[in-house]
Amino acid sequence: MTAPTTVSAPEDVEAPVPAIELRDVTRSFPGPPEVQALKGVNLTVPDGDYLSIIGPSGSGKSTMLNLLGLLDRPTVGEYRLGGVLTSTLTEDERAALRARQLGFVFQAFHLMSRRSVLDNVMLPMLYAGTPRAEREPRAREALQRVGLSHRMGFLPGRLSGGERQRVAVARAVATRPRVLLADEPTGNLDQTTTGEIMALFEELHADGLTLVLITHDGGVARRAHRRIRLTDGRAEEV
Amino acid sequence: MRLRRAPAAVRPEVVEKVPAADRFTLADLLGEATADIGSRPGRLVTTIVGTVLGVAALIATIGFAQTAAGQIARQFDAAAATSLVVTPSTAQTGGASGSSVATGVLPWDAVDRMERLAGVDSAALLAELSLPDATVTAVAVNDPSQAPPAPPALYAASAELLDAVGGHVATGRFFDAGHDARADRVVVLGSRAADRLGIERVDNQPSIFVDGIAYAVLGVVDRTDVRGELLDAVIMPTGTARADVGLATPGDLQARIAVGAGPQLSEQAPLTLAPDEPGSLQVQAPSARSQLGQAVQADVNGVFVILSVIVLLAGGVGITSVTMLSVVERTGEIGLRRAVGATARQIAGQFVAESVVIGLLGGLIGAAVGVLGVVAISVARDWAPVVDPWVALGGIAVGAVLGLLAGGLPARRAARIEPVEALRGGT
Repeated sequence: MTAPTTVSAPEDVEAPVPAIELRDVTRSFPGPPEVQALKGVNLTVPDGDYLSIIGPSGSGKSTMLNLLGLLDRPTVGEYRLGGVLTSTLTEDERAALRARQLGFVFQAFHLMSRRSVLDNVMLPMLYAGTPRAEREPRAREALQRVGLSHRMGFLPGRLSGGERQRVAVARAVATRPRVLLADEPTGNLDQTTTGEIMALFEELHADGLTLVLITHDGGVARRAHRRIRLTDGRAEEV
Repeated sequence: MRLRRAPAAVRPEVVEKVPAADRFTLADLLGEATADIGSRPGRLVTTIVGTVLGVAALIATIGFAQTAAGQIARQFDAAAATSLVVTPSTAQTGGASGSSVATGVLPWDAVDRMERLAGVDSAALLAELSLPDATVTAVAVNDPSQAPPAPPALYAASAELLDAVGGHVATGRFFDAGHDARADRVVVLGSRAADRLGIERVDNQPSIFVDGIAYAVLGVVDRTDVRGELLDAVIMPTGTARADVGLATPGDLQARIAVGAGPQLSEQAPLTLAPDEPGSLQVQAPSARSQLGQAVQADVNGVFVILSVIVLLAGGVGITSVTMLSVVERTGEIGLRRAVGATARQIAGQFVAESVVIGLLGGLIGAAVGVLGVVAISVARDWAPVVDPWVALGGIAVGAVLGLLAGGLPARRAARIEPVEALRGGT
């Protein structure tokens, strides 16, 4: 696959375009009192990276996830996703970019309780423009990948916590995103299932997926290949 | 499995163009909107009950009005609904007098031709005889000291007239085809004409004199369903009129037809009677529904339609509030859909579609209940149920439109949900 080019950053044309690039990103929430959740953050995530962002609560982790996930915009600074300068995009363009480039895994799973496991995994493909004929095969493939091919027709309520999170992972990777964003993916899981999910992430990374993990759990964070610590809105590489 | 990356986005398209077939289509929207509808039957019932009642009430109201109108037509308009008259067309003669002449002619065998048509129970020829100076008296002598009384009207008719006008003979009998064929000098009197001529009974074989010629009175007709003017008339057979007073052509054809045959016979009668020039004949036939019935229907509808609309509004509020509740409950799902790439418009569309489907379902059930209600009560009362199919279809459409309107507010709210906020909660 050829590296994507960017129109507005000529210095990046020669070098491979990173999956994620933050430059001097500040996000402040108008008060009173005004809160600066992120202060001048610089971050580059090349394709195939496995990064964890760690920090105590209130350190700006959620704000970071929302920005990276195109669910929020920086107050100051630039965010490029796959080389595209996201600040100039319309809401619909951002939605399209989310659908095609990003996969989400949440702490609370966010599965649709009245739809089957297979339906849940097929949902993002509906909005991502995945060829119609490929949607179900890809969902089955993703479920097989996370070891849940025997649960496809189940409702999520009948699954264990670990299984639910694996459905969520299958849902996130079924669209073949460029980056998987995981927000406290093990926050609701016990020790054993946490280990299973982390092993799954490791396998996905080995398959070439770019992973960004946001967590307050130091043990989980250490499984990543790079660690960024957020402290009071400032980022530093550990 | 080797996870491939999505194709890199290149501005200005940001992401590669998706072929139309793979985009989020209306079918996808409907699929998403209907996927959950049956999953909570209790909730569904609560949501649609208002719409069902409203549409059912609306359809029952209109259905009962139509049934009642049909019933009234049957009871009061039976005579009018079964009377058909064929007359030759007339044209203005152009002169200052403004008189008109007939442009068509009824054949003398019109009765035979008409009675061959389906829906015609009986038919008779009728002509008013215009004899300006004729005297009609019950005695042969003329009393010159008395001013001559205005003579009763003179009519010529074929023997089937009694049946065609639904007449009743009070005494004596009506003349028959034999009298007609032989041009016998016989007459039948209308009851009021008989009074004026002083004839009360026919068993003593009275006669009347028309321009001095004696005609035997065969009977007295005291009642007709149509053509009440015949009660003031002296009626003789057409054969007699042709022989004695030179009747040239029949004046018109009076037929008694089956209920509902009017529109069809209006088309057929001119072709049957004047195949060479159907336009030369005019037909007065009952329309499908009587005017009286329509007037009654308008009265009944006014009040109940307003009531039904109120119930429907309540149904709409029901859909709005339950859908609103559903939006709140599904905040997490909405956030998820937005996160995986749904636009605000697609979210709004989904809730509008859900609400339209619910409204449509309510309309469908309501229409069925309304029609069944009309049928059940009509059967109990021994009425003929009448519901215009368009009314039932309209009821279903009303449900859908109600859903569309009721879904607007929840859809707006759903579209405004920020994914960041929505994803904070759990499911």
